[in-house]
Amino acid sequence: MKIHIKNGRLIDPKSGTDARADLYIAAGKVAAVGKAPDGFSANRVIDATDLVVCPGLIDLSARLREPGFEYKATLESEMMAAVAGGVTSLACPPDTDPPLDEPGLVEMLKHRAKTLNLAHVYPIGALTVGLAGEQLTEMAELRDAGCVGFSHADIPLQDNQVLWRALQYAATFGFCVWLRPQDGYLAKDGVAHDGEMATRLGLPGIPAFAETIAIATIVELMRATGARVHLCRLSTREGVAMVRAAKREGLALSCDVGIHHAHLSEMDLGYFDSHCHLLPPLRSARDRDALREGLKDGTIDALCSDHSPVDEDSKLLPFGESEAGATGLELLLPLTLKWALEMKVTLAQALARVTQQPARVLGLDAGHLSMGYAADVCIFDPEQYRRVSAADLKSQGKNTPFLGIELPGKVRYTLVQGQVVYDAGTG
Amino acid sequence: MRNPQLNDKGELQHLLSIEGLPRETLTHILDTATSFVGVTAREVKKVPLLRGKSVFNLFFENSTRTRTTFEIAAKRLSADVINLNIAVSSHAKGETLLDTVDNLSAMHADMFVVRHAQSGAPHLIARHVATHLHVVNAGDGRHAHPTQGLLDLYTIRHYKKDFTRLSVAIVGDVLHSRVARSLIHALTVMGTPDIRVIGPMTLIPAGVEKLGVAVFHDLERGLRDVDVVVMLRLQSERMRGALLPSAQEFFKYYGLTPEKLALAKADAIVMHPGPLNRGVEIDSAVADGSHAVILSQVTFGIAVRMAVMSILAGN
Amino acid sequence: MTLVLPDPESLCAELVRQLKPKVTADTALVGIHTGGVWLAERLHSALGIALPLGLLDISFYRDDFDKTGLHPQIKPTQIPFDVDGRHIVLVDDVLYTGRTVRGAMNELFDYGRPASISLAVLIDRGGRELPVAAQFLGARLEIPAARMLVLDRDENGKLRLKFDA
Repeated sequence: MKIHIKNGRLIDPKSGTDARADLYIAAGKVAAVGKAPDGFSANRVIDATDLVVCPGLIDLSARLREPGFEYKATLESEMMAAVAGGVTSLACPPDTDPPLDEPGLVEMLKHRAKTLNLAHVYPIGALTVGLAGEQLTEMAELRDAGCVGFSHADIPLQDNQVLWRALQYAATFGFCVWLRPQDGYLAKDGVAHDGEMATRLGLPGIPAFAETIAIATIVELMRATGARVHLCRLSTREGVAMVRAAKREGLALSCDVGIHHAHLSEMDLGYFDSHCHLLPPLRSARDRDALREGLKDGTIDALCSDHSPVDEDSKLLPFGESEAGATGLELLLPLTLKWALEMKVTLAQALARVTQQPARVLGLDAGHLSMGYAADVCIFDPEQYRRVSAADLKSQGKNTPFLGIELPGKVRYTLVQGQVVYDAGTG
Repeated sequence: MRNPQLNDKGELQHLLSIEGLPRETLTHILDTATSFVGVTAREVKKVPLLRGKSVFNLFFENSTRTRTTFEIAAKRLSADVINLNIAVSSHAKGETLLDTVDNLSAMHADMFVVRHAQSGAPHLIARHVATHLHVVNAGDGRHAHPTQGLLDLYTIRHYKKDFTRLSVAIVGDVLHSRVARSLIHALTVMGTPDIRVIGPMTLIPAGVEKLGVAVFHDLERGLRDVDVVVMLRLQSERMRGALLPSAQEFFKYYGLTPEKLALAKADAIVMHPGPLNRGVEIDSAVADGSHAVILSQVTFGIAVRMAVMSILAGN
Repeated sequence: MTLVLPDPESLCAELVRQLKPKVTADTALVGIHTGGVWLAERLHSALGIALPLGLLDISFYRDDFDKTGLHPQIKPTQIPFDVDGRHIVLVDDVLYTGRTVRGAMNELFDYGRPASISLAVLIDRGGRELPVAAQFLGARLEIPAARMLVLDRDENGKLRLKFDA
């Protein structure tokens, strides 16, 4: 299928392009940028006048809830949500049921995703068997099955000796270990940031140093092992500073921040809004501001959705009993744009944090629109504002703190490997 | 964000927390309570205000004392009272909180008095119930115990009159105390210039100064020249959670004895939300002594709850 | 339509004249807040009543609680004598629908069982909705339903009648 995307504002962070330019697609790949290839005859022409044409978004964390949690969401619904949000590649954490600790499970997931023919799915394998924190998984086998990295999801790996050895083993093969920095004991029973808001609301708190102590441990072990680590979902001001220092030192450390933490703070809990029950917790305004700055100055490599759909019943509970998590795939682009507008960052710089940078973290040569590469494209209207509503969300999870809020950026078309997988006109 | 306690006319629809209520509202409740003290002092202690109304006591956390005072208050208003000890019934069978509330609403309840171990549970219920239903928070987790805060305020007003010249010390496990939080909000709204919390570091919550209090870890320094001493109950679980080593050591450094009380003003009053742990947070000599107004608190508590229920039911 | 209001001081004197022969050492006077209390205070001293004056706030006994809620300002109720077996004269400024008096009687009965209750009012404006009548009356007056007649007093304690609405 030959596709000609014409008259759009082409933004490709990798090449630095931000100009009116046409895009030509053939055989699932980018055939040319700017000038049509000789003899190119399009089967379909997409008029992208007044629209942005950019690489498809790459989301570093989206829970698809399969296998095991189909009552929260299914692969079908969440992949539809992904492409409706302009996301063409996503990495999913291993905390499914059973966890992704065996090659067979990974292959099955990849196969399921492939038959749906929507976005690319990059599974992150479990670091330990059953995520129990004791025995190492067959990381090499899992890599061969398709895992791009190994993580412990949100489950604390308390035994530092196991963590040390896991990092050594991963370093042996050059694998990247994805870790959410949180000391399990310091965070025990906590549901909110340990500060003024938690004290007012009477909620058990998770102190900021639960994160910084974990980062300190991880950095020290990185020095000892030379392992490559990606820190998931930073939430503290001090944490950003520690990453900045570690990068300056030359350690192979990358990190991301979730869309909610780039915008919200503990104040948004309001009167016990369980939609703001997130892990890590929403922290102080100062923490949020440091995260926004860190994303701008490059200390934080990428913005991700941390998509975690939760069934409604699990949110209609007192705050402390409710399940943590928010739906996010369809809000990744709008919240990236909002961050860019507020931080006075160019569109190209903002999009880099959800395309080129996440690709680098995943170790993929993707997230750019270069000739000969897979045509994963997102076409959106940056000027259109839409109110977030449960009815509009394609994800099975309707749980978001942004319900009722107007956000910029409406995806019109999403293409994966040269095929239109989402067309706003047809829904 | 509109205060969920107020209806769209700005009237009090629910009593969930003292935080966010204006001074006039608190004063109105206290003044109304004064009239009810008169009622409880006469032989026929009932008035017909809530006749025909059903008050459901939804206690998800056991408390015979508080439940009984709410029951007495409701009955003195001529309401029908239904007591539900959810801790043992449907909740244990796995029914969700909101399902339980829906079932009870269908039984034509007019008011729910709710006590729950989770902070924010009454807020969730209030968001969910039909507009004619009123929710009274009888204590949610560590968050709030507004009727206790109000009766403490009433007690202090009764003995000390003017809040704007007072020094009040709240002593003990502030971290876990909804009583402390509600009282702090109540006192700040009424213009109390000097509010102190006193306890070991493990029992003082993060950022509590932002609520408008001064923090002391030394009981003797903290009690100096105060007009009101409020002792909080210390629960035995605190010894098991690595927060405190023993009740004995706590009593030695934070227990209120006559010697420690002597550091406060000569006419200082001693309050306690009850039940007392004699020899843990308070010495019997003080609890039974002339400074203690603990039993008055109980009497005022019924009148204050009658006031709260009448005001809500009339809105 | 301008209504000429009678002088409440002369009406008060008329009530004193009517009550004097009926009052004994055991008679109790109870004024209904607010206007009834001022009138009762005047009657109490003019008649030389032995027992202290009773004051009644009927906020807790009104029949319109569901519609209008609790009154923002509740005045003190004091019944400083034993109600059982007592002859009580209930005092109010204006008798209209009769509901205030009904509430006042209910409240008195929660204090005990009186031997009798009689009613003294300054003005009867008609418009009764309950079978209530005054035994001691200053004057009858026809007032349009939309208007509220109340008794208050000036800085010198002199009684005056005025329209509230």
